[in-house]
Order: sequence, then structure tokens, then C-alpha cells
Amino acid sequence: MLDNLDEFFKGFGYTLFLFLVCAVASMALGILLVAMRVGPIAVLRSLATVYVSVVRNTPLVLIFIFFHFAAPIIGINFKWVQVHVGSFDFTSAFATAFVALSLYTACFVCEGLRSGVNAVPMGQAEAARAIGLPFGGVMTQVVLPQAIRASVPPVASALIAMLKNTSVAAIFFLAEATAAMRGLTNDYSSQRIGIFLCFAIGYIVLVEIVSMISLSLERRWRVA
Amino acid sequence: MSASVLFDAPGPATRMRHRIYTAVASAGILAAVVYAVLKLNDDGQFEYDLWEPFVTPDYLGTLILDGLVDTVTMAVFAITGAVVFGFLFGVAKMSDHAFIRWPAWVVVEFFRAMPVLLLMIFVFSMWFISTKGSFLWIDQRGGFFSVVIALTCYNGAVLAEVVRAGVAAVPKGQAEAAYAIGMRKTQVMTIVLLPQAVKVMLPAMISQMVVALKDTSLGYAVAAPGLTRVGQQIYREFHNQVPTAIVLAVLYVGLNLLLTLLATWIQKKFVGEKKIDVVAVAAGIDKNRA
Repeated sequence: MLDNLDEFFKGFGYTLFLFLVCAVASMALGILLVAMRVGPIAVLRSLATVYVSVVRNTPLVLIFIFFHFAAPIIGINFKWVQVHVGSFDFTSAFATAFVALSLYTACFVCEGLRSGVNAVPMGQAEAARAIGLPFGGVMTQVVLPQAIRASVPPVASALIAMLKNTSVAAIFFLAEATAAMRGLTNDYSSQRIGIFLCFAIGYIVLVEIVSMISLSLERRWRVA
Repeated sequence: MSASVLFDAPGPATRMRHRIYTAVASAGILAAVVYAVLKLNDDGQFEYDLWEPFVTPDYLGTLILDGLVDTVTMAVFAITGAVVFGFLFGVAKMSDHAFIRWPAWVVVEFFRAMPVLLLMIFVFSMWFISTKGSFLWIDQRGGFFSVVIALTCYNGAVLAEVVRAGVAAVPKGQAEAAYAIGMRKTQVMTIVLLPQAVKVMLPAMISQMVVALKDTSLGYAVAAPGLTRVGQQIYREFHNQVPTAIVLAVLYVGLNLLLTLLATWIQKKFVGEKKIDVVAVAAGIDKNRA
């Protein structure tokens, strides 16, 4: 295991980078979805609702399968993605994982944000309306600042789940941490328990970091 | 919160604006759907050949239904195991004895913070290497059991946390009253606390079951039986990746929606819809006092 530390860190490098870009993308998409879901336009509301309930109930593996095996047939492929940074290659496997994970996680982020919006007491929105704010004003000045605080825990848990879900990319040809573990356990099968524990601890450390960030955000934004 | 609280009842100008937005959005969605359908049609994705396995009874019976049965079987095994695991470790985490509490805490945190897939691949490699018998048999059973074991550990650890939170949500007075009438620790837990906690826990438990059902698809990585495996066999033979993906998604979404429906029904039956009940009121009093 110790001889292969570079593979270990390279695997987690992919994992971490995939997590970061997907976190940004799924947050953006999730915010868009939640705006559609609580907004006044009925068509957009039902579009977002349908999207969330369909994607939420589809296994991530299936979304990966779609983008890997089905999408190229109808002309959606990511072969044009060829970015090489140092020893890291960001090619179609990475782009596919990025798209699938972001689309999948966005609906959980949307649900988290929506629960945050729901957690804001009705009186707040009513008061904001009473002083004459329009929808945009109610949202940006009164509801969202409180909703964002309330939605830190659910959104953080969606992101933590996504961090663990980056492992699914291992099945689909991305050489991230789980794939690295699979490779190492195949090569050094006598030490597989140790290898497994190292990778498990690697994931646990990453998860703990994310949850600590979320906890500190929660503390900082807590309303007295 | 109903959407109406966020904005005023719209006046004529706003209604007009909303109508315009609605028209634009509908047109956009319609255009997207039409484009997708036309594109699929152009690529010949609606050809009968590609959909044949999904309308031929033989294929439906042997492939889809078997896959469905395998998936559901794995899910049932995993969920049952996870519930047992969850209750055992959840209660162990609340033990008065540190030598039970801490190991339980370590086990729960370990399995909770780790990707299921990592665990699944590991269990599979253990299995694969320890039983070098006939390959086919391992292929099927090994995949099956690694999925079940991994999902049991992961979902069990999550449920353990749910159990702990559920028991903690039962008002303190309940346990105190139970001790006061002379119950032992085990009795307090099994007769008084757990039955009340289960009611609080049901929604979280059911949503975890949906997660477990979805995660059986990870068995794809370890060649376990189930829907994704069957799907793989189908599109390898018929090269109909798009229809297969659509059919599999429909099956999974249907299964999960059924499970969710069941959940709401159970919740209504056992928990009831009434918002204010004795327990909640007692909890409120407790909170105010604390």
C-alpha cells in the first residue's frame, strides 16, 4: 500500500476534483430548479416537479448508463473533452461523470433548498408582502436569506451523498479512488483488507471535511 | 408553504406577464420535447426491432420479470438486514456501557461515511478470491451477496442513526414514567421507547428503503443479477441502448413510486394525519422547560 501512495492520491485527486465541479454545477442547477418550483409560473413549477421526482427515483447507475451507452448513439457524446492537467486527464469519462452526477444531485439540492424555503415561517413572507415587496423582493430580501441558513444541513447532506456517489464513476472508466482501490486489490490481493481500509479512511476524511465546513457555516449563520 | 404566501394575488398586468411567461415556457418545453422525439425518430430509435424485446412475452417473462424479481429480492434481503442491523446498533449506541457504545459508534460511522460501491467491490473481491470454485456460480451468487451485504451494512448504519434520533425524540417523561413503575432497562426500551420511536422514524426509514432499492443497481459493478444486468444483456444483444435505458428507468421509477405510495399509506395507517397528539404536546412542554 505504502509503495502506491501516488496512485492513492491520484485517485482521490480525481474524486475531489469531480466532487468540486459537480458541487458547483449541481448547486447552480438546484437553485434554478427550486426557483421554478416555488415560482408563480405553473408550467415551470410542474416541469421542475416532474424532473425532480423522475430523477430522484432513477438509480444513478442508470443515468450513467444512459450517458455512456445510450447518449452517444443519439449523438450526445463528450469525446471533444480533452483536457490534460499535469498527470490528470479529463476526458469523456470525466465529462460524462460530471454531467450525470450534476443532473442527479441537482434534484436533491433542489429538495434541500425547498425544505429551507418551507422552513421560513409564513409570517415572514406575509410581513414582506404587507410592506409591499414584489415576489423578487420577498425572495431576495426576506425569504432566501433565511432559507439559505435553514437549508445548509440538507444541502450539505446532499453534497456528502454526492461525494460518495463519485465512486459510481469507477464503473464507468474514470480512474478515481474506487477504481484505484479495485486496481490495487487486484494487484496485491493478499493485502486487500489494508488497501480497503486505507481507501475507506480516505473517503471518511473527505466526508468529515465537508460536514465540518457545513457545521461551521451553520454555526456562523445561526440566528440567535 | 403554499406558493401564494410568497407573492400577492396578481393584478391584471402581472397576470398578463405570467401568461406570457407561461406561453414562452410551454413553447420552450414543447420545442424541446418535439426536438427530442424528432431526433430519436431520425436516428431510428422508434424502430420496432429495437423495442422488440420489450413487447415479446418471452423476453418480458425471462428477462425483465426475472431482473425485476432479482432486484426486488436483493432489496428485500438488504432492507430486512439493514433494519435488524439498524435497530441493533442504534440501541447499542445508546447503551449505558461504554464498551458497547464506542464500538457501535465506530462501526456506524465507518459504514455511514463510506461509498456503498467501495464496500461492494471489496466484499466481492473477498468472495471472489476466497471461493475459486466454478466461475459461473460465483459470478451469480457472489454478486448477489456482495450487493446484499454492502447494502445491509450501509443502510443499517444510516438506520442506526435514525433509530437513535427517533428514540431521542421520544419525550423524556416517557422513560422516566416507565422507570418509575419499575420497568427494567430492556423493558423501557422495547415496550415504551421503541414503539413510539418507530412512528417518528417511519418516513426516514421508508426513504432509506427507496435508497436501498435504487442502490441495488450498483450491483452492475459486481455482475450481480437484477434489472441493470438484464438491461446490459438486452442492449448487448439488440444494440438498443436508448430504449433499454428508458424502459429500465420507467421500471425503477415505478417501483420507487410504489414504495413511496406504500410508505404514505403506512404512515397514515399507523401514525395518523393528525398534527397535534399527546406525544407532540408533551415534547413541546419538555422543550419549553429545558
